Amino acid sequence: MKELNIQELKDFSFRVRKNILKMSTKGGSYIGSAFSATDLVSYLYTNVLNINLNNLKSPDRDYFFLSKGHAVPVLYGTFIELGWFDEKRLDNYLKTSDYLYWHPNRHIDGVEFHAGSLGHNLAVANGVAIDIKLKAASNKVYILMGDGELNEGSNWEAILTANAYKLDNLTVIVDRNRFQANITTEDLIPIEPIEDKFKAFGWAVKRIDGHNFEEIHSAFSTLPFEQGKPSVIIADTIRGKGIPSIEQQASKWFVNLNQDEYENALIELESNKE
Amino acid sequence: MKYEEILEQLINENSNILVMTAENLSAIRNLSKSVPQNFLDVGIAEMSLVGTAAGLALRGRRPIIHALAPFLLYRAFEFIRTDIGYGNLPVILVGTFTGFLSTGNGPTHQAIEDVGLMCGIPNMNVFAPADIEDLNIGIAEIVKSNKPFYVRFNELPAIVEHSQNFEIGSSEVIRKGKDINILTYGTLFKQSYLAMNKLNEMGYDAGLVNLRTLKPIDEQEIIKLAQNSKLLVTIEDHFIQTGLYSLISNILVHNHINCNVLPFGLNEWFKTSADLSEIIETAGLSEDHIVNKIINTLK
Repeated sequence: MKELNIQELKDFSFRVRKNILKMSTKGGSYIGSAFSATDLVSYLYTNVLNINLNNLKSPDRDYFFLSKGHAVPVLYGTFIELGWFDEKRLDNYLKTSDYLYWHPNRHIDGVEFHAGSLGHNLAVANGVAIDIKLKAASNKVYILMGDGELNEGSNWEAILTANAYKLDNLTVIVDRNRFQANITTEDLIPIEPIEDKFKAFGWAVKRIDGHNFEEIHSAFSTLPFEQGKPSVIIADTIRGKGIPSIEQQASKWFVNLNQDEYENALIELESNKE
Repeated sequence: MKYEEILEQLINENSNILVMTAENLSAIRNLSKSVPQNFLDVGIAEMSLVGTAAGLALRGRRPIIHALAPFLLYRAFEFIRTDIGYGNLPVILVGTFTGFLSTGNGPTHQAIEDVGLMCGIPNMNVFAPADIEDLNIGIAEIVKSNKPFYVRFNELPAIVEHSQNFEIGSSEVIRKGKDINILTYGTLFKQSYLAMNKLNEMGYDAGLVNLRTLKPIDEQEIIKLAQNSKLLVTIEDHFIQTGLYSLISNILVHNHINCNVLPFGLNEWFKTSADLSEIIETAGLSEDHIVNKIINTLK
């Protein structure tokens, strides 16, 4: 796929948000988490990852792990835009006949590993990155994590492991939307200064605005930030970005929109399109 | 042959095998030097160990991961259940110092719930060798199976010559008894064997089965023995509620078989530790305890 320019990226992520909105009806979704990650995930799949329909199972592909599983509509919303996933399949949402539910499942083409329980995917990504290094291959491993997810101790074990094995083929993106499930991170378990924490663990760090495609582009085009170190991008984001009435609302962690609410949200999304 | 020599041999045949550890080198002390390209140590971090192994398995590797059983299985239980079990990934979990083999380290280091926990995970399989020879006979087949496995590591010296014919789900019948048949696995194989011999010397007709794999378990053999014994005896260094006694009870109830079963094992047991023979004695699992209780039951 040809890399997208800034306006094309804005158009792409708008369409992904529309898809997410559809998944926020008939059973609902964790829309805030999906929207905060939409620009990052859109950029990754269009301009970074060497993954396409022909190499989904190839050992030479890049790997992307969505560790904050609740954001899964952003993944399927992106797959729809990439033509990997037939939109009609969303009719199976929350049915036992398929694997479409509130977290990613690797029975869906393009999903590398199941998520849901926080603090699992980084160690798994480490394993993939280690094997790529052992084989002296050049493919890359990316993982999107939540900021609240960093409460989980298992991540810090994995952060130590990535440093020990000098995994400079691994990039963590922290979706810093400043929310746990219901409470802001700094009101519950403060994680700032987050850059210093990663640096102290041996990682190379950049902090960007996770909705600004220029900044996103400039971070991803300089990876790895340092040879011999794993990289982390702290992306400051807004939970629910794109629909002002949902943005940063603690109560909008999860929504299950009825038809009227859906139509109003769609109008709001469209009127805020950049 | 030592366990680590067997692993080295398997690695030479299949370079996809990776030996991993959370800095527990007791069983694999020399492999970091002899096969450095196939050896990974993540430090004292069992969750990271299991997750990393899952990632390596996604890449087509066959990780064999080692740590003290209680830390590997209990600290990282959810990672085993969710990454390895639900993922159905071909990772072999080798839990060392099971039961009370950690002797002086006390209750923190005991693994007397491990079989129940691992048997309860869908896709997971369980191998509990009787001794080092039994382990070495089975491990190659376990590796070849390409299935998730828990191996209850046991390097006690062998007191019998084991059958080389190892099949996952098949038990090793040491002797078939007409009166009594003892079912066991792992550490207490020796006590079970000595108890069988004593019973036979005393004029009973006693047999012994080394179950080898507890999941899948040799259900057919167990049913046959239950139908042809006056008494079945289960012996284990594990809680009976979730261990072999429970597995046998399930099979018998499910198949409507009425049979006397005498369990030896642990029950709501958290004791501080001493050396192995003293723990076995105080837990009522020495051959003399076993023989006396069986005789009293038959009276």
